[in-house]
Amino acid sequence: MKKYSVFSLIKNALSHHQNWDVAWRDPEPKKEYEVIIIGGGGHGLATAYYLAKNFNIRNVAILEKGWIGGGNVGRNTTILRSNYMYNANNLFYEEGMKMWRNLSQELNYNVMYSPRNILNLAHSDAQMNAYSRRGNSMRLNGIDAQLLYREDIKKIIPFADFSSNCRFPIFGALRQPAGGTARHDAVAWGYARGADDLGVDIIQNCEVTGFDVNNGKIQGVQTSRGNIKTKKIGLCVAGSTSLLAEKLNMTLPIEAHVLQACVSEPIKPLLDQVVTFGAGHFYCSQSDKGEMVMGGDLDGYNSYAQRGNLPTIQHVLTEGVALFPNLSRLKILRTWGGIMDMSMDTSPIIDKTHIDGLYLNCGWCYGGFKATPVSGLTFAHTIAKDEVHELNAPFRLDRFHTGHLIDEKGIGTKTWIS
Amino acid sequence: MLEIKCPYCGKRSQNEFAYGGDATVKRPELNKEVPDEEWDTFVYYRKNPRGNHLELWHHISGCRQWFKAKRNTATHEIIDTFELSDDIGDAS
Repeated sequence: MKKYSVFSLIKNALSHHQNWDVAWRDPEPKKEYEVIIIGGGGHGLATAYYLAKNFNIRNVAILEKGWIGGGNVGRNTTILRSNYMYNANNLFYEEGMKMWRNLSQELNYNVMYSPRNILNLAHSDAQMNAYSRRGNSMRLNGIDAQLLYREDIKKIIPFADFSSNCRFPIFGALRQPAGGTARHDAVAWGYARGADDLGVDIIQNCEVTGFDVNNGKIQGVQTSRGNIKTKKIGLCVAGSTSLLAEKLNMTLPIEAHVLQACVSEPIKPLLDQVVTFGAGHFYCSQSDKGEMVMGGDLDGYNSYAQRGNLPTIQHVLTEGVALFPNLSRLKILRTWGGIMDMSMDTSPIIDKTHIDGLYLNCGWCYGGFKATPVSGLTFAHTIAKDEVHELNAPFRLDRFHTGHLIDEKGIGTKTWIS
Repeated sequence: MLEIKCPYCGKRSQNEFAYGGDATVKRPELNKEVPDEEWDTFVYYRKNPRGNHLELWHHISGCRQWFKAKRNTATHEIIDTFELSDDIGDAS
């Protein structure tokens, strides 16, 4: 792989950008691999990268039904944070935040990590108390968190509604300074380029249609491009997890739901933070192109459609306008949807399974993007060593039997109201 | 915008309804010894099909009745709706 640098940029500019190397190959599938990762999204690509990089397992294929980065890694609102309350989540996501800090250098690919503060706004005394508790929990785990008050927020986002007749007045906020955004496509492409360089075969337009299992052991996969032998399979297919699990006669504590997001027309720099509205479910940041990137609630019914309905968009943007009245004059440029693998306690599952050689990475709900590096790291560890990493040890599948749930949101099994 | 046919009120916009989840989940019988696995399956595990799905809806801003809907999770097409007492199997 030729390294990207200012010199390579100048050199290629002089030859009119006609001689850049391809970022990754387009290989034919081999007959056999040591490990097969199903799903060429962020988590699948990162897993393959760390398998090769950290564990020297390079005979790896990523099988992707469509094209890499076409699923949720290209559909999220790019937010990074580790502002959780439970230790398991705090430690896991904070390790991820540490990885984001030098991911561009690690991958020699600019993922545009932008630590710009995430502000979780509070709109009542009770919410301030809850955020104070959460912030203390974060600080006990070594994560910087600050409790801000109304006057502080006024200085940071003066265009929010601070009027006297505001329905949900801003009381304050919990701020994580390291929270921010990263360019989601670059994350997928950077990991793809890095993995390919270490020998991983990225095979696109290759749908897995079945599994070969013998005596409880994985023997291979059947795909739309032929059968491939392997002893180890890592499943990183987010919203499609239940569909592939069904081919293995497995039922999982997961429901698929559609989550929509939208962007406004581009405007000049307005918002230099990530802001969440605490009286409903609305979050917002501004992209480098100037679009306001906004999201909120699930549509609220089981779905595999990758598109939602307008009532949810209307509901989310109503909250947006309640928070930032000046958004009301913006046009929405586009909306889209992605399929969330909603787990029954809103926390992910990274684990081995009862089938020897089958590994599971799913249940990300709508928090998967920020976890891309640490998910790849711990899942690669789980596959390579056939045992969980200490960071994903709490995220095992059997917690739904033992009762050790990580119910961060406390909403029980009604995943669609989270 | 989904248009959902409430079995009691007729076709209304989705704004009037709240979702209630998979309608095929069966609570274990209370008058027998129930193994933990069965409880776990009832509480947490879902078939989560791509295609026809029998599910509960609540006409919460209307007549406030619960009912069942057979809906395609890949296309969002609502095939039919039923009263809770209608026994129609698992809809697949």
